[in-house]
Amino acid sequence: MTQIPPNIDAVETLLAGQGYVASRALATVVFLSLKLGRPLFLEGEAGTGKTEIAKTLAAALGRRLIRLQCYEGLDASSAVAEWNFAAQMIAIRTAEGTSGSVGGRDQLKTELFTEEYLIERPLLAAMRPQPGGAPVLLIDELDRADEPFEAFLLEALSDFQVTIPELGTIKAPEPPIVILTSNRTREVHDALKRRCLYHWVDYPTFDRELEILNSRAPEAQSQLSREVVAFVQKLRREDLFKRPGVAETIDWAKCLLALDVIALSPEVISDTLGAILKYQDDIQKLQGLEAKRLLDEVKRDLLPV
Amino acid sequence: MPTYPALDIPEDGKLAHNIAHFARALRKAGLPVGPGRTLDAVRAVAVAGFDRREDFYFTLQAIFVSRPEERSLFNQVFRLFWRDPRYLEHMMALMLPQVRGVQEDRVADPAEKRAAEALLDGQLPPAPKDTPEADQIEIDASATMSGEERLKTLDFEQMSAEEIAAAKRMLARLALPVQPLKTRRSHPSTLTARIDARRTLRAAMRHGGEIITLAHKAPVTRWPNLVVLCDISGSMADYSRMVLHFVHAVANRKGQGWAKVHAFTFGTRLTNITRHLSARDVDAALKAAGAEAQDWSGGTRIGQSLHSFNRDWSRRVLGQGAVVLLITDGLDRDDAALLARETERLHLSCRRLIWLNPLLRWTGFAPKATGIRAILPHVDSFRAGHSISSLEALGQAISDKDDRGERDRLLALIRP
Repeated sequence: MTQIPPNIDAVETLLAGQGYVASRALATVVFLSLKLGRPLFLEGEAGTGKTEIAKTLAAALGRRLIRLQCYEGLDASSAVAEWNFAAQMIAIRTAEGTSGSVGGRDQLKTELFTEEYLIERPLLAAMRPQPGGAPVLLIDELDRADEPFEAFLLEALSDFQVTIPELGTIKAPEPPIVILTSNRTREVHDALKRRCLYHWVDYPTFDRELEILNSRAPEAQSQLSREVVAFVQKLRREDLFKRPGVAETIDWAKCLLALDVIALSPEVISDTLGAILKYQDDIQKLQGLEAKRLLDEVKRDLLPV
Repeated sequence: MPTYPALDIPEDGKLAHNIAHFARALRKAGLPVGPGRTLDAVRAVAVAGFDRREDFYFTLQAIFVSRPEERSLFNQVFRLFWRDPRYLEHMMALMLPQVRGVQEDRVADPAEKRAAEALLDGQLPPAPKDTPEADQIEIDASATMSGEERLKTLDFEQMSAEEIAAAKRMLARLALPVQPLKTRRSHPSTLTARIDARRTLRAAMRHGGEIITLAHKAPVTRWPNLVVLCDISGSMADYSRMVLHFVHAVANRKGQGWAKVHAFTFGTRLTNITRHLSARDVDAALKAAGAEAQDWSGGTRIGQSLHSFNRDWSRRVLGQGAVVLLITDGLDRDDAALLARETERLHLSCRRLIWLNPLLRWTGFAPKATGIRAILPHVDSFRAGHSISSLEALGQAISDKDDRGERDRLLALIRP
């Protein structure tokens, strides 16, 4: 188990050690969240490394990663804990079979709603002590859950405790490291944001994206990486429905490597466009001449280096 | 001036004070910053330290900013507050056009003005306001004697000022009843066949493990969101004002059935006026909305406007089964293919698309204009929206999920 890094520089090196190239702003926020014990709320376009930061932190600090994927209709029973009804029913039947006495029934009453029949779900698991220290709790795509669930999270995130009616309140001995992500398909309520540190994850600059690509796909040659990054950066300035994220850049570079491409050409781009653009409208816009024009611009810009 | 508890900062306390002042400046600039955040900020700066100016910036940003739009405002206030006084002078110059120097002739950044206003509060003469044209509705005042019934069927365009005032009062009472959506959550119920195992077993425990009655549950329902896209171009001017009155009434009615009402206006460009509609007073709300939307009574570019809605907003407001109310006459000079494509996308990403068209008031209306022909195949329902009774009919139409209005009849006219 690794200790919490003492300053912002240490956070940067810690993340870099796991192959995550973080901007100074992100490193600052992560450091503050670790130091102050506050949940970290990350918002940004899809594919900018929001989920990845939780995985990286868990790996770097040697903590367990507990992931709660949000969806509409997510409720307390699937987020915190559920009772194992089948086992409870069997327990009742066996109690009936073995002894019809009143004492057996009283015993049953106290036994039936104990931890033995409880199925742990992510939020409860995160409140339990884990080997290696408090776990990293990733609450992914919070915008997909509905508003009642957000309200439910308030207790869990401000006091680090959850309540199960039959058992009582369970408080975390050591608060977990909480990371929430959102793609902003709707606005998350201010009451929840107020309890968190907020950071908007933006698309990286050219140099940083190149660094990320070198760390995630080191087998790509430097010329190809530069071309790929420059092309994607250029693409983000186009009028697209969904602009490609960093994840798409890495995917695309890996696609090109699998095809043994050394340098970009219009044909290669139009063959592999599906790796970076995910909407038919966008792909249509970029087919043929448009891709060639962008590529020419990229090559012209990169030439002097 | 609020007082803050003493904090354990290894200095003479000036920094904590300055952060408090900074928080006040941010609040004045419009960021939702309370005393709790100020305390957090002091604490965060204490742990993060600031060997680098950059770190100080990011630390405060992590505390005070909670939406991407707030970043530019924060940036400006930060620069003004923590920088040398000369920058402040520069900003003064920006705010006072008459003393502006030659080389300072630059355009203010979007958030700069607000930031400067927040910091220089009370030290500046009011900036010369460009007076917006008064909202004057010019109509023939010949038929002023009218009962409520006549008012209901009267075209908005033919109303007198007095009638319009009466109509506005009637509109304020209108509502849009809506069918609730089923969610995946459940609540206790006695009428369904779904068994609630958890409650059943808890009840059984009271009888020593004997299951006497089965508890049941039913899905919870919730209200959908409403998104209103209102055309405010010249040809729609009078209608859109009345329709916005109606939208304001719908948005502000408590328990009206809509979870959230988002409103956008478009003429040549798209404007989000949701925030302004939340003002309780309808005139204040519409005035604020009018100041925000710069393209009142101008031309129309429906295709372009829908395109920017689809690109920038659809993923943020259409996610939870929203119903879209598109209010336009469909008279568009732009590319019909673009309009058709964007309407189709809009239709595919919302739960239901209802088109309100004031032109439908004419009995002989036929979909001749290319814009109308482009939009019509992609809407779920097509209705008139020129009078109070037609808006009342809309209320009934919305509660019926299979309502198609005049769509099918008019589509038949288009088809060869």
